[in-house]
Amino acid sequence: MSPGGLQLPPVSLGGSPRSTDVPSSEQPELFLKKLQQCCVIFDFMDTLSDLKMKEYKRSTLNELVDYITISRGCLTEQTYPEVVRMVSCNIFRTLPPSDSNEFDPEEDEPTLEASWPHLQLVYEFFIRFLESQEFQPSIAKKYIDQKFVLQLLELFDSEDPRERDYLKTVLHRIYGKFLGLRAFIRKQINNIFLRFVYETEHFNGVAELLEILGSIINGFALPLKAEHKQFLVKVLIPLHTVRSLSLFHAQLAYCIVQFLEKDPSLTEPVIRGLMKFWPKTCSQKEVMFLGELEEILDVIEPSQFVKIQEPLFKQIAKCVSSPHFQVAERALYYWNNEYIMSLIEENSNVILPIMFSSLYRISKEHWNPAIVALVYNVLKAFMEMNSTMFDELTATYKSDRQREKKKEKEREELWKKLEDLELKRGLRRDGIIPT
Amino acid sequence: MAGVAGPATGSGAAGGDGDDSLYPIAVLIDELRNEDVQLRLNSIKKLSTIALALGVERTRTELLPFLTDTIYDEDEVLLALAEQLGNFTGLVGGPDFAHCLLPPLESLATVEETVVRDKAVESLRQISQEHTPVALEAHFVPLVKRLASGDWFTSRTSACGLFSVCYPRASIAVKGEIRQYFRSLCSDDTPMVRRAAASKLGEFAKVLELDSVKSEIVPLFTNLASDEQDSVRLLAVEACVSIAQLLSQDDIEALVMPTLRQAAEDKSWRVRYMVADKFSELQKAVGPKITLNDLIPAFQNLLKDCEAEVRAAAAHKVKELCENLPMEGRETMIMNQILPYIKELVSDTNQHVKSALASVIMGLSTILGKENTIEHLLPLFLAQLKDECPEVRLNIISNLDCVNEVIGIRQLSQSLLPAIVELAEDAKWRVRLAIIEYMPLLAGQLGVEFFDEKLNSLCMAWLVDHVYAIREAATNNLMKLVQKFGTEWAQNTIVPKVLVMANDPNYLHRMTTLFCINALSEACGQEITTKQMLPIVLKMAGDQVANVRFNVAKSLQKIGPILDTDALQEEVKPVLQKLGQDEDMDVKYFAQEAISAVAQRLRKLDFPVKDSEEPSAPGADKNHFLRPRGPGEDTGKEGAAVRDSQAPR
Repeated sequence: MSPGGLQLPPVSLGGSPRSTDVPSSEQPELFLKKLQQCCVIFDFMDTLSDLKMKEYKRSTLNELVDYITISRGCLTEQTYPEVVRMVSCNIFRTLPPSDSNEFDPEEDEPTLEASWPHLQLVYEFFIRFLESQEFQPSIAKKYIDQKFVLQLLELFDSEDPRERDYLKTVLHRIYGKFLGLRAFIRKQINNIFLRFVYETEHFNGVAELLEILGSIINGFALPLKAEHKQFLVKVLIPLHTVRSLSLFHAQLAYCIVQFLEKDPSLTEPVIRGLMKFWPKTCSQKEVMFLGELEEILDVIEPSQFVKIQEPLFKQIAKCVSSPHFQVAERALYYWNNEYIMSLIEENSNVILPIMFSSLYRISKEHWNPAIVALVYNVLKAFMEMNSTMFDELTATYKSDRQREKKKEKEREELWKKLEDLELKRGLRRDGIIPT
Repeated sequence: MAGVAGPATGSGAAGGDGDDSLYPIAVLIDELRNEDVQLRLNSIKKLSTIALALGVERTRTELLPFLTDTIYDEDEVLLALAEQLGNFTGLVGGPDFAHCLLPPLESLATVEETVVRDKAVESLRQISQEHTPVALEAHFVPLVKRLASGDWFTSRTSACGLFSVCYPRASIAVKGEIRQYFRSLCSDDTPMVRRAAASKLGEFAKVLELDSVKSEIVPLFTNLASDEQDSVRLLAVEACVSIAQLLSQDDIEALVMPTLRQAAEDKSWRVRYMVADKFSELQKAVGPKITLNDLIPAFQNLLKDCEAEVRAAAAHKVKELCENLPMEGRETMIMNQILPYIKELVSDTNQHVKSALASVIMGLSTILGKENTIEHLLPLFLAQLKDECPEVRLNIISNLDCVNEVIGIRQLSQSLLPAIVELAEDAKWRVRLAIIEYMPLLAGQLGVEFFDEKLNSLCMAWLVDHVYAIREAATNNLMKLVQKFGTEWAQNTIVPKVLVMANDPNYLHRMTTLFCINALSEACGQEITTKQMLPIVLKMAGDQVANVRFNVAKSLQKIGPILDTDALQEEVKPVLQKLGQDEDMDVKYFAQEAISAVAQRLRKLDFPVKDSEEPSAPGADKNHFLRPRGPGEDTGKEGAAVRDSQAPR
């Protein structure tokens, strides 16, 4: 590898006349020639080198963009390999290591791609190519193949948000036009996500990929294939565990809701999944989970709600009594949601007993007056909903707590007895067991 | 899970009346179904207790099936379970029954969470060793095959780690199968599995027969090293080390080197980085001849790689590479083939590269000897000492000892001093902190005269730094210097300057005096402490700032053990008693702490017979001192020992 990859252009970039200046009969040939010229890569890290040539390539790329947008009949069969070659030469590269040691997308400024003046035009050109009315996927599929897609997907790790934005459009078009690549694309995105979740926790383009997936999921046919359900449960749900969730949570939640709107029977596994991965130490993430849960509840079917209400409200009861007021507040806002309120009302005999002790305790103990006020409203709502049960729970609150304490004590005693037992047996068969 | 654990199933009912054997499983089931993760976790962590209580047979027939069937839980619980089961062989009846542990571990080896899966694999590896060869083929190998052909990638990934433990003890026919399974995982269509296989390739190669290594492992290695994903290719570099160790020189040349050469020039910097990072291991594995012919040129390329990350990794290996070259011709080789590249790196554009080099470059002096060091390396050291990046300078200074052995540090002192002074005043406090750490070392090497002349003032200046961490480090530094240069030096140069600060208008500086006294008193000994330090401390008891006053109390407690009884009785105690009546509650608290400690010591000195009844060191048993006493009790010697049970704010 030569440092910087500075090369002399194989074809002089000087001589070609502008495409629009030459007679139309010569234009196709010129088009190919310019495509070839644009395969030359310049070193943008060295800001002073080849200034003239860089400028020439930039204007040539501009011409190509114009030409492919305006001209009719320009996409002959022989142009396809040349277009793909030019695009590949320019965009496919090993992404450089991040400047900041541990790039944190929330804190650090992204390193912008130095060669963007060229790269942007190449992407622009490629998108026009894919969107051209003359574009024929049946010819293009020889060149835009699995290997091409794989390299394209790797570029989503680019730190430059502008590049990821273009890539998103490119991939979306390819997914739309190449039916034969769809399953492959989905599988490779799976792999990227799984690696991200379980191996590296680092990939810059998760939000963009999820955005594409959102529209893909939207188009899934019913009934959903097992493959898609597996993707939801084994890939999308575990994505919630990642540290940098905030960077792609909106897109992720959108995908999840899309799935549930397609097939409501997935509600239970999804909510159980969220319960399993509920954040234990990160309050910001908890707030995000609560937000997503509300989005889910907005579209939940009452028959599904009944199935998961118990584990769900046990979690909500915990959130309501969180000492972090934003968590408590976010959970208490559920009671401002009319649809959720109607679900709670229908099932108040189940939900009220779950929620009661947390609410009752918080109404007396929470440090934040705003939370206490919200809790009062919620208690009041419950009282109006089901006053008999409310009174009953208030009356037995104390004895219930005492019973809990007693149970706790019993548990401790049981363990103690068990340990005695171990001691006895351990002595009997001394030496067998490593401690 | 939730519904079952109502109060009705309350374990108390399970067998409270005498039937011990019913207890454990009932408790466990109850606890494992508890809503509270922490309780589930607790019961899993005590699984061995339960198994022990159940006895081996019921553990096998009831507990393990229960665990296998009912476990769907949070990863934290699963992790604990996976770990427990690795040590369970004794609890199920010894090696003959070790295979009973396989079913639960098998399902744990297929979960998504990497940590759980890895732990399950670790436990399986452990248990495999406890299997008899027959049981291994009957139970363990089938498990590996099942995992290796699982639908979801997780089980196949886990399988990769199990081949090498069952291969050596399998029969020839089974060995063939095992190799076959491993081969197919190396070309799995998910990159996760290929990565797992690539990372176990070296380990697997080591347990194979040499023929199989050549005929099967090498092609796998070649394939993985040219995988479409760089994350797979870079793992092959690691495997390269293990494989090369197994082969003869000719075979390495023919079978491994083409791939390694390719890796060193891979288009992905991550792969090249890996080659640089593993360079010493590779060098040892391929032997001196191939090193000279192939690795040195490759290394030169890595040192001038276009990616700074790669250059830095290579720079880190410079010393090891040189050290490991064959003695014969080593010097010439380094001088001609390595040094020119190093010279370039000294002025690299990237500070990480320069700093990596600076952390090892001094080590070359022992390899190259005095003359070469003076002629060729010294200019580089000096250039790096003047580098704009503080980390580079710091790395040079922190490795001065290597160079000291060869040419003596004085050669450097002219350039060293400005570098040190600049670092000492660097705007980043972490840089200042780092240079302080090296002061004792520098002082030792430069000698007391040079130190007094050039560095002493720096050390004193740090004491009034505006960052507490620096003042603290400076205080410790003084202590180390006194240990090096002795009490007399301390008395003449350090102590007077420290004590002057007691009159500083800034209370933080006055406190620094106290901290210095805390640190120095022991090294300085009783005389200096009593005669010079104690009066100052006592005087500061009247300070108007409460923080100073309670630090006086703390200091008195600290230096108490060094003082004699008279000083304690006559001078310290009255002052502490006065502080004990202070209006500030923190001052009061610490004064009383100190009073107790001092009283303790006085009592010990007065009644040495009672010594054995007391905790050995003053302050060792805090509760002892905190025990409130009635006013009439034991007051003769120590004044008011009753103290508020409230902790200070």
